[in-house]
Amino acid sequence: MTQEEEILIMPGAWNLPFRHTAGRFASRFFRELRDNKKIFGVRCPECRRVLLPPRPLCEKCFASIDEWVEVGQQGTLEAFTICYVPFLGLPPPPIATIMVKLDGADGCLSHVLGGIDLSDVDKAPELVKIGMRVQAVWRKERKGEISDIEYFRPVA
Amino acid sequence: MARRVAIVGVGLTKCSSHRRDVTYPELVHEAVTAALADANLKAKDIDAIVYGAMDPFDGVFAPERWNVDACVGAGALNKPFIKLTTGGTTGGSVALGGYYHVTSGLFDVVLVVASQRVGETLEAQLVLNTCIDPIYERWMGGGAIMVGANQAASHFRSYGTTEEDLAMVAVKNYASALNNPYAHLQRHLTVEDCLKMRMISWPLRLSDCCPSSDGACAIILASEKRARKITKTPAWIRGAGQITDNYYIGDRPWFQDWEALSILAHRVYSEAKIDNPLEDIDVAELYNAFTIQEIIESEALGFCEPGKGTELLRKGVTSMEGKLPVNPSGGTLCTNPIGATGLIRIAEAALQVMGKADKHQVANVKTALAHVWGAAVGFHVLMILDKQNP
Repeated sequence: MTQEEEILIMPGAWNLPFRHTAGRFASRFFRELRDNKKIFGVRCPECRRVLLPPRPLCEKCFASIDEWVEVGQQGTLEAFTICYVPFLGLPPPPIATIMVKLDGADGCLSHVLGGIDLSDVDKAPELVKIGMRVQAVWRKERKGEISDIEYFRPVA
Repeated sequence: MARRVAIVGVGLTKCSSHRRDVTYPELVHEAVTAALADANLKAKDIDAIVYGAMDPFDGVFAPERWNVDACVGAGALNKPFIKLTTGGTTGGSVALGGYYHVTSGLFDVVLVVASQRVGETLEAQLVLNTCIDPIYERWMGGGAIMVGANQAASHFRSYGTTEEDLAMVAVKNYASALNNPYAHLQRHLTVEDCLKMRMISWPLRLSDCCPSSDGACAIILASEKRARKITKTPAWIRGAGQITDNYYIGDRPWFQDWEALSILAHRVYSEAKIDNPLEDIDVAELYNAFTIQEIIESEALGFCEPGKGTELLRKGVTSMEGKLPVNPSGGTLCTNPIGATGLIRIAEAALQVMGKADKHQVANVKTALAHVWGAAVGFHVLMILDKQNP
């Protein structure tokens, strides 16, 4: 073959709707966010860890859980990243995803950081520090989902 | 009593951002025919096939159906065929699956195949995001990069690792990939180049992140009796295992240290009777989708103490000429056809043991280690290969 053969490309796309059952635990957690602006974890009866998000069993002890514990609306930032590139179909940059250990909880909640200017790629990482204190900021219109906490902001 | 098993044939394809020259089955066929040729076997010599790909990366559910004929004409020859998928760990899981097929005594010669056309999805991160918990965690847009970047930020904080350290990992892997004709990225890089690259997700720049690749890989596993007849250079499986980590990303206390990988290493080293990995292992192929992970993996696998991974790198211990070269192939950092990538780690480790790695061959390899992680770091696989039958 002296010249390159034309190879055709067939387009494809998936757009499949689903409905995910949140279950009793997430439903109660989200109702508390929506109706009372409170954040609840659950306590494992064996290892006594307070787990967040709430779940019906402890993955370490394999124990069933039914004790609910309100945790703080402030916590400590344990890990983070700030994404600066747009990905098709995902939230627009810059977006700071964080792991926050709320006061009284043993694990982290993964969420986003707000209330600071993330736009400058050279300066923003200096403004965010592992170990910094952060506080939940609530949405006015809450729908019973994790983003009813709009973001966590640094505690002044 | 479990039987000894060896890798007796390896087949790799050239990986690139889009293999427009082949259909999906043609790509798989390329790997399978290369593995059969390497072992000097025919399709009829294969007793069973273990196949893997990560759904839904190729835009079809169950791509094994699309590729079944490309795996030694499985349709025509009515072979037993099983598909395994564990996200990015798929390639490791299929190798383990093949190993279990043979060590159990149920089959003597098994073909293990993994493939992925990441180049055919127009947004890999959007596909990876479907692997994240839909109730609590998916909304933030997280995926593999988010996890890798959190690891880097935590390692920076805990151990003083810097962007320059990450750049050195990239430079080392890119230089190695230039010696590997199957690697996707073929480009010379300097530390200065890396530090000027676009920031993807702080602190990871473009050169800290793997590409999206099309590629396939196949290996042939055989029982002891058959292995000795098939090849003079079998790579014996001396130890292998898999481990799970927990589900919620926020539950993990280990962003700077991989506890699950350390536990798995301890188990597999016991099985393989490895007391001092730095002394006993001659080369390692680690799943470094992000530069930081090569550093953390070196630590978790006991090549050095926690927090000393950058020192190991800076001293050249993990370079091609070092005591324990890591990723002479260029690693996952330079080539990532996701579901196939884990099997490429194992295939590359086997090539090193067999003495067939050509331009990226490490001298005097007896023992090689391969590592795979996947599914938002929900799983790890380790395999240790040896020139001598243990």
